[in-house]
Amino acid sequence: MLEISNLACSRGDHLLFSGLNFSLSPGELLQVQGANGSGKTSLLRTLCGFIMPDTGEILWHGQNIRELGDQFYAEIIYLGHLNAIKDELNALENLRIGAGLAGCKMDDKQVIAALRRLGLRGRETLPVKVLSQGQRRRVALARLLLSNASLWILDEPLTALDVGAVELMQELISEHLVNNGMVIYTTHQPLEVVGVATRRLALT
Amino acid sequence: MNKLSLIGLLSIMIRRDLVLAMRRRADVVTTLIFFVIVVSLFPLGVGPEADMLRNMAPGVIWVAALLASMLSLGRLFSADHLDGTLEQMLLVPQSLSVLVLAKILAHWMVSGLPLVIMAPVLGLQFDMTAQSIGVLIIALLLGTPTLSMIGAVGAALTLGLRGGGALVSLLVLPLCIPVLIFGAGAVEAVISGTSVSSHLSLLGALLVMALAFTPWVTALALRISME
Repeated sequence: MLEISNLACSRGDHLLFSGLNFSLSPGELLQVQGANGSGKTSLLRTLCGFIMPDTGEILWHGQNIRELGDQFYAEIIYLGHLNAIKDELNALENLRIGAGLAGCKMDDKQVIAALRRLGLRGRETLPVKVLSQGQRRRVALARLLLSNASLWILDEPLTALDVGAVELMQELISEHLVNNGMVIYTTHQPLEVVGVATRRLALT
Repeated sequence: MNKLSLIGLLSIMIRRDLVLAMRRRADVVTTLIFFVIVVSLFPLGVGPEADMLRNMAPGVIWVAALLASMLSLGRLFSADHLDGTLEQMLLVPQSLSVLVLAKILAHWMVSGLPLVIMAPVLGLQFDMTAQSIGVLIIALLLGTPTLSMIGAVGAALTLGLRGGGALVSLLVLPLCIPVLIFGAGAVEAVISGTSVSSHLSLLGALLVMALAFTPWVTALALRISME
């Protein structure tokens, strides 16, 4: 369970948001909305602990994430604007290293299954630099399938994805929510998950 | 939560960075060729008198190694920063200092170790004796990892800054002076026939100190740079 109380964040001298309160329970989906520059990415990065909030605190199961440190990091997965995959490595290697660092023991079968589910059959061992933008994004999204994090923090997950992949993404989110996961995401595209009421948080 | 052993974590990271370096070999070769060219320029510039060359060899090789290690520092974190993998590293539920240490070690293997291997050949070019070449190798083996570690702090602090490459040299070069003094000093000591052990011990001490503190400081600097 994630609780945010009285959160304020500024970049430089510019106050992005203040007095932000919300909480997220298992099985809930939260969409952060707002115009460009309203602080969506900053909010998500603050939740990951990259940015120190000006005021307020972020609690995970009642404890401040700053104090939890590694325990908190083990329970979240963050997908940013950047795909965080290495061009020189192939999709399989990228995911294997990512899962290895997160402490998940993965065999190649599981990784290949995740890549196939994301429609990358036959691309598993190609260097990522020869893949298209949308395919790279799919490789990045495959990380979600390989992690056992309960909180997904997704910053514009649908960038560069085609219609089929957007549907797949809705499916993945809905499966995660059924398993008592939590998802916070930002997007400018419509993303509706069947059977779950999307909560919305508007930043101005 | 599965906790990886520290050795497991180190080995995943080191293997990853070595594979990346092997697939981008040009970067590795550039540093090495830079080192060779800088050292080879001196005899051309100051003339071919064997006595003078023999005396200045340790200093020249050490300064060139120092400059070559500055040249490769920019790559230590910037590539990972640009593609977002560094962000993910900060979110790894393991000690960031250990990850940083692994990156530094891998960086040394592809940028420092080749210099150490190449140094004897350059030493011959300066007519150094076998004994002084031996001391040079030991001194470089102790000194170049220290240079990589001190450099990592600077590289982390200047991450994402425009003109970071020049700035990192300004920050790091003064801090590398002790390594230069004792490294070149060790070889000069063997040439002049005095004991080398004090110089090498001090180099070793610097290495141990750097090993203890720089990964931790670098990890802090990375967290600041990512804000």
